[in-house]
Parts: sequence; structure tokens; C-alpha cells
Amino acid sequence: MSESKQEHLTGSEQPESAGRRAFLGTSAAVAGASLVPGVILYSAAQGRAPGEPASSAVRWGMLIDTAKCGDGCSDCVTACHDENGVAHKTGPQDPQWIRKVDIRNLQTGARHSLPMLCQHCEHPPCVDVCPTGASMKRADGIVLVDRHICIGCRYCMMACPYKARSLVHEPLTDQNPEVPRGMGCVESCTFCVQRVDRNETPACVEACNAQGHNAMLFGNLNDPESEIARTVKTYATTEVRADLNLNTGVRYQGI
Amino acid sequence: MNIAFREIEGRSAGFWLFFAALGLLALIGVSSALYMEHHGHIVTGMDNQIVWGMPHVFAVFLIVAASGALNVASIGTVFGKTPYKPLNRLSGLLAIALLAGGLMVLVLDLGRADRLIVAMTYYNFKSIFAWNVILYNGFFAIVIAYLWTMMDRAGGAWYQAVGLFAFVWRLVLTTGTGAIFGFLVAREAYDAALYAPMFIVFSFNYGLAVFLLVLMGFYKWTDRPLGDMVVLRLKNLLGVFIAASFYFVFVYHITNLYFTKHHGLEAFILTSGGIHTALFWVGQMLLGYALPLAILYSNLGNSRAWIALASALAIVGGLAQMYVTIIGGQAWPIELFPGYAVSSSFYDGVVHSYSPSGVEILLGIGGVAVALLLTTFAVKVLRFLPERLDDETVAALHGAK
Amino acid sequence: MARPDNWLSMGRWLRLAALFGAAAVLAVPSFEAAAGADLPKLERGKGERCVEDTATMRRHHMDFLKHQRDDTLRRGIRTTKHSLKGCVECHASEKTGSVASTKDDFCMACHTYAAVKVDCWACHATKPPAKPAQAALPAGPAASPMMSAPSAGAAK
Ligand code: HEC
Ligand code: HEC
Ligand code: HEC
Repeated sequence: MSESKQEHLTGSEQPESAGRRAFLGTSAAVAGASLVPGVILYSAAQGRAPGEPASSAVRWGMLIDTAKCGDGCSDCVTACHDENGVAHKTGPQDPQWIRKVDIRNLQTGARHSLPMLCQHCEHPPCVDVCPTGASMKRADGIVLVDRHICIGCRYCMMACPYKARSLVHEPLTDQNPEVPRGMGCVESCTFCVQRVDRNETPACVEACNAQGHNAMLFGNLNDPESEIARTVKTYATTEVRADLNLNTGVRYQGI
Repeated sequence: MNIAFREIEGRSAGFWLFFAALGLLALIGVSSALYMEHHGHIVTGMDNQIVWGMPHVFAVFLIVAASGALNVASIGTVFGKTPYKPLNRLSGLLAIALLAGGLMVLVLDLGRADRLIVAMTYYNFKSIFAWNVILYNGFFAIVIAYLWTMMDRAGGAWYQAVGLFAFVWRLVLTTGTGAIFGFLVAREAYDAALYAPMFIVFSFNYGLAVFLLVLMGFYKWTDRPLGDMVVLRLKNLLGVFIAASFYFVFVYHITNLYFTKHHGLEAFILTSGGIHTALFWVGQMLLGYALPLAILYSNLGNSRAWIALASALAIVGGLAQMYVTIIGGQAWPIELFPGYAVSSSFYDGVVHSYSPSGVEILLGIGGVAVALLLTTFAVKVLRFLPERLDDETVAALHGAK
Repeated sequence: MARPDNWLSMGRWLRLAALFGAAAVLAVPSFEAAAGADLPKLERGKGERCVEDTATMRRHHMDFLKHQRDDTLRRGIRTTKHSLKGCVECHASEKTGSVASTKDDFCMACHTYAAVKVDCWACHATKPPAKPAQAALPAGPAASPMMSAPSAGAAK
């Protein structure tokens, strides 16, 4: 890479790409383009502005009241898979971001029905084991797979105690533009991050409320005023596999 | 006393046939992987319950065997046992070849094998897997250096130091491989610190079995003398390693049986697990441990053919062991709600079944073929094998430095 | 933790070499033609202008996208200026409705020419959503419905 070429480059430019881009013309007036354009810090009371990063002042959480969760109702599942473009198939190779689990206490015979999804742990085993750092936790506690660097090794699927993750086993077409998904990468519930980031609730919660079940409550666990924070403070709630000390973001009531 | 090493001739029709057959198997393996890459893992038997399948059975076996194959060299270098010294080149070579074959399978099975470069450039240092990537790459480098100290006069001065380092590195490497499973808190079958030492002992066993077979094979086909002094020593060692493997497996299951919470899993593997139970008792215990031990420690153990059979059985047992560990461990359902019966559309609470497809088995076999291909090629072009390993030659080494 | 940057890869070197090779072949007959003169013909995007000036876009769109990708995924930043959804919105072809379904579509034309292969379209839609995507239009946060327990805590 010649010195003269480098002079045209901005600091952020990697030298080795200059040659390849040469045919695009060297006249580029590289005028220090701001990479994060016009960050307007809305001081809106609700949520954050598009330009503002997720902050650890928020910890998104979900509280599921199994007493209210309808036995046989799977509206949350349908809504999730519609929103995220997951085909409604349940073969062993098909991804499921959320599923209804029926449980029966072996001693008492008590039955419950509840949705199981990524529990958005504070200490997620999937993040610990991921070799490339594709499995990650956002500042606001949402656990995601960065599918740009996921290599599809599936170690996270081995490590997840909740079986929350799926591999995309076949090529996909016609994805929802807001929810890119593709073959060979691992994926799981994102708390509908695309919706949360525009201050909406996850699709499952919306569907549950629309049915009048109101079994799923979504909100900021770090905000003492939020309904979810007040509820978990007042009532006994359960973490699934609490013995693993993962401090899950999803909690259950009634089991 | 110096040992003369020489390339094998490798001009006979038999040699080229062998070479071509391996090449074909390797090619089929790689083609299977390309097919998988194109269609996705839908063409395999793996799914969202059994996420690691046949490729991992082969890959982990090969990787574990690789570190074990280096043992023969370590015994010569680190523990100063001179009769092993003429074997150290082949030992290093096999270590590299087996690791290459295993890693090829592991990498080609990735959902996004095209992103291999990402795996090599992004490291999450909390991940055992990431550490393993470093350990594997380091192993190649160190064993190549080790071979250089054996094969080049200029490197001779470093022989002891590099040999010791390689020995330590291989112990760490196998610990890392075992820890891939040992650190998985989510799954009952894995969450156990015992995995690290257990895998080290397995590696001694598998690595030596492969080494013995390859050694005897090459010497027989090239009509080079191979004395009992070498073979009987190695077969005795193999017997010890097999017994040690058995001991670790015994401790593993006894520990699990002691804890009530693991009784379901143990009953599954030991009594009701169908293919897993069969592979455990017949594959691992009978073929992998009992028969080879019986052969090696009886009069049969003086015959080359029987020693070869015992080594082959140890390898079969090893593959069965890996299957039971990797597939069996996943087939047993994750316990979401202890004390509850669980059911769902995602196969919660049920034993998962797995039927491997042809492509994944062919990929695994391709890895074995690549390992043997590399070895065969290397002994043809470089001086890995001593011309003579008859008893006089080896005995002359005794006491010699 | 390592920053994701898988574009700075071996592949890039290879493609660089390929491009130089191709450029050498092409350059001989039309040596005096200014660089860029034999660019593939591109459909013009919607609207007045691109998100940065055209020359900058030509040379730096991959950097913007990579930056945006990490910002969005890792930090939750949802600005639309350098969003991939935005590119698709404005650059989808009149004919095919897509940015990458044929060799002449916007994101394919140069790449085919320069032997660049991007894997984006295995996951990302190449066509704008039937209804305008919310995120592709700079929508003020106030326009959105509330969540069940929103709080000012989000705004630091
Ligand atoms: C608001 C609509 C709009 C958006 C959003 C947009 N573009 Fe453009 N883009 C245009 C227009 C219009 C032009 C043509 C400008 C000209 O000819 O001066 C253009 C030109 C370009 C060019 C140069 C093409 C040439 O003629 O050489 C590139 C490259 C480009 N855009 C890439 C992108 C990428 C990548 C994105 C997403 C980050 C994007 N654009 C987003 C409207 C848009
Ligand atoms: C004016 C020609 C041109 C157009 C139009 C164009 N690209 Fe590119 N793009 C290039 C060139 C040349 C490179 C290679 C640059 C390099 O690697 O140095 C490239 C590289 C990229 C890369 C990085 C690939 C890699 O592996 O390095 C991405 C991502 C990308 N383009 C996305 C897009 C998208 C999305 C569009 C459509 C919105 C688009 N490009 C339209 C010329 C173009
Ligand atoms: C394996 C699937 C996959 C592939 C391949 C992929 N992406 Fe993404 N991409 C995603 C996911 C998932 C998101 C997160 C979407 C969200 O949270 O809204 C995303 C988000 C993005 C974003 C931020 C959202 C937006 O629309 O601006 C950008 C930019 C982006 N990707 C660029 C790329 C580019 C460029 C490529 C090709 C070089 C690519 N991606 C390939 C899955 C993928």
C-alpha cells in the first residue's frame, strides 16, 4: 500500500481497502463524515431516543403469572413467531423462540402451563461459552446473538439450561425486514429488541394482553416505580433453575 | 548409537491404492461438508435437541487421540526412556495428523464454516472453546518445533526443553477438551470436574492404540524389522491405559450413582437407554475394555495380529465412548423443573432420539482419512520411520544417550 | 471482548488481488479513461441525495454499515441514517423491487464487477417492507405506543 494513497484516507479507513476501492474514483472528498449523525438526545420521559445507546440503568425483565396463563392458549407463541418471521413449525429441527411448557408436580399432581423463552440471565452461560463473543448481553440486560460473527458452533445451545436457543437448519427467504435471520446461525428470543428499542412491548406480551390474560408483564426491573419491580418486590416469584444462580430476567409467579 | 531413519518407498501398487482410497474418503468427507453447508444442517440428523452429532464424535475422538499419540515421544524425551526415542518422530507426526483430521471435521460442521476467519480473530476469553482454538493452534506449532528438534541437527539443543513444553501443552490441551464438557452446568451428564483428568486418560488410551496400529501396519507393509522389545512394551502400556480408562469411567458412574439427583441419567445410560446402553456395555465395556485387556494380558498378547486386534478394539471402544458421552449426554433431557413432569412442543422432558445421516458420518470418516493421508504422505517424503526397530538395534540404545 | 470486525479478513485480501487482476486487464484498452469511468450502470436511488455525498458513499459505505451494525446490535442505537434498512428503502430497483435479486440491482452491480461477495442477504431482506418499515423512517419516540412499565430510568 503506497504512502500517497493513504493520504486520501480518513483515520477510520483501513489502508488495505483503499486499493480495492480505487476504481470508485479517488476524488472522494472525505470530509470527516460523522458516523453517528445528529444525535438528538430527546429528553422524552418515555424510553430513549434512537441515537442513544441502551444503558445499564435499565434491566428489562418479564414476569409471567402462571395462574393467569391459559392452559392450551398459545397466543404468545403465535404472536412471537409472526413478529419474528419464525415459521410455525415444531419439527425437531425447527427453531422455536418461545414455547408453551406443561408441567405437573410429581408429588402433588398440581398442573401449570407456562411460556418458556430465553430467560435473559444476568450471568448467561451462553455468553460465557461463546468462542467469538457473538453471544452477548446488551447493557439493558437483553441477551442476543450477534449473527454477524456467529459461526454456528452451537456451544451456546449445549450450555443453555433452558433450551432457549435454536439453530437455523435451512436457508430462509422472505424474512421480516426488521428481523434478519439466516441459515447456520443460532438464534433465540430477543425480547423483540426491534420493538423494545422503539418503546413497545414484546409481541408475546402484547398478544397475551390482547387476549385479556395479562399473564405477562414486561418492564424495567431497575426502576423501583415500574409495575414489574413493584410486583417482584411484593410477591414471591420464581426463577427457573434458581440453583444455577443465573439471576434470570424472566421470572415466574404461581409455581 | 544412532538410529537411521528413512522415508518409506511407497512405489508399489498397494501403496498407491491405499493412498488413493484415503484420498477418495477424504474427498467424500469434504464433499459431504459442502453439501451440508449448502443445504444447512437440515440434511443431518442433528437438531435443536441433539445439537452436536456424529461429526463431534469423530472430531473429539481424533483430537483426544492426537494429544495421546504424542505420549510416546514424551516418554522418550521427558521420562528419558531411550527405547522410545526412535519412535518419537512418528509420535509427533501422528499427533499433528490426528489433530488436523479432527479439527477439519469440527470446522466443516460449523453452521457458518465460511466464517472460520472469525473464529481465528475474535476471542471471548471466558470461553473454553476460544481457549481450545488457541491450544490447538499452539499444539501444531509446538509439535512442529518438537519434530524439528528431533529431525534437524540445529534443533537438537532444544530437544529436551521443547519436548517438556510439548508434554505440558498436551496435558493442558486435553484438559481443555475435557472442560468443554465438564463446564456445562446445564446438562446433568457433563457438569463434572472429573471430565478433565478422564479425558487425559482416554487420550493415553486412544492415542497409543492408534500409534500401535499405525506402527505395526507401516513396518509390516514395508518389511522393516520391528522387534518384540518395542511392541511388547507398547502393548503393556496400552493395557495399563485401558485399565485406567475403565477406572475413570467406573468412578464417574459411581459418583453419579451416589447422588440421587443423577439416578435418572444413570438408569438411562446403564439400563434403559437403547442404543446408548448397548454402546456403553457392548461398545465401551466389552469391546473397548474387557476384550483388549483379556487379549493383552493373556498369551494372545504375544502375537502381533492379536495386539493389532486389541488396538483396533480400543479404538472402536473409544468411538463408542465418545458416542455415549456426546450423544447420550444430550439425549437425556435437560431438567427444567426438578420435581415436575414436563412436556412441550420442543421435546422437553422426553429422551431425544438421534439418527445420524450419511453426510455427517462420511464427514467424520473423512477426518480419519485425512489424518491417515497426512501420515502416509509424510512418512513417504520425510524421514519419520527408523529403518530397523529390531531388538538388537533397540537394545543398543539402552544406556546410550 | 473482541470487537466484531469480520470484514477485515483474508477474503478481502483475496478479493483485493482479484480486483487488481481484473483492473489490470480492463485498464489496458482504456488506459486514459479516468478511474471509475467504466463503473457499472446504477439505478439512481430515491430522493434527492444519498445519506452522505455520493463519492463518500461509494468509497465508505461498507464502513458505515459495519459501524451501524455494531452500534445497533451491541449498543441498541437505532439511528436510521446508515441503517441497512434505509439503503434498501431508497435503493430497491424500480424493476425488481429489490437491491440484490439480479446482477444489475443496486447492491449487486458494483460488487459483481469488483468480485465482492457479501452475505448480508442471507438474512437481511432485499426488498423494503410492504408497509413502510417504522425503523426506516425517522420516527420520533413519542409516536410509539407505551410499554407496560416504561420509565425515565431509560433516559439515564
Ligand atoms: C434517502 C434515500 C437514500 C438512502 C436512505 C440511501 N441512499 Fe444511497 N443514494 C441515494 C441517491 C438519491 C443516490 C444518488 C446520488 C447522486 O447521484 O448524486 C445515492 C447514491 C448512492 C451510492 C453511489 C452510487 C453511484 O452512483 O456511484 C452508493 C454507493 C449508495 N448510495 C449507497 C447507499 C447505502 C450503502 C445506503 C445505506 C447506508 C444508502 N445508499 C442509503 C439515496 C439514498
Ligand atoms: C459504487 C459501487 C458500489 C455500490 C453501488 C455498492 N457497493 Fe458495496 N462495495 C463496493 C466495493 C468496491 C466494495 C469493496 C471495498 C473493499 O473491500 O475495500 C464494497 C464492499 C461492501 C461491503 C463490505 C464487504 C467486505 O466483505 O469487505 C459491504 C457490506 C457492502 N459493500 C454493502 C453494500 C450494500 C448493502 C450496497 C447497496 C446498498 C452496496 N454495497 C452497494 C462497491 C459498491
Ligand atoms: C446471519 C444473519 C445475518 C447476516 C448474514 C447479516 N446480518 Fe446484519 N443483522 C442481523 C440481525 C439479527 C440484526 C439485528 C436486527 C435488529 O436488532 O433490529 C442485524 C442488524 C444489522 C444492522 C443494523 C440494523 C439496520 O438495518 O441498520 C446492520 C447495519 C447490518 N445488520 C448490516 C449487515 C451487513 C452489511 C451484512 C452483510 C455483510 C449483514 N448485516 C449480514 C443478521 C444478519
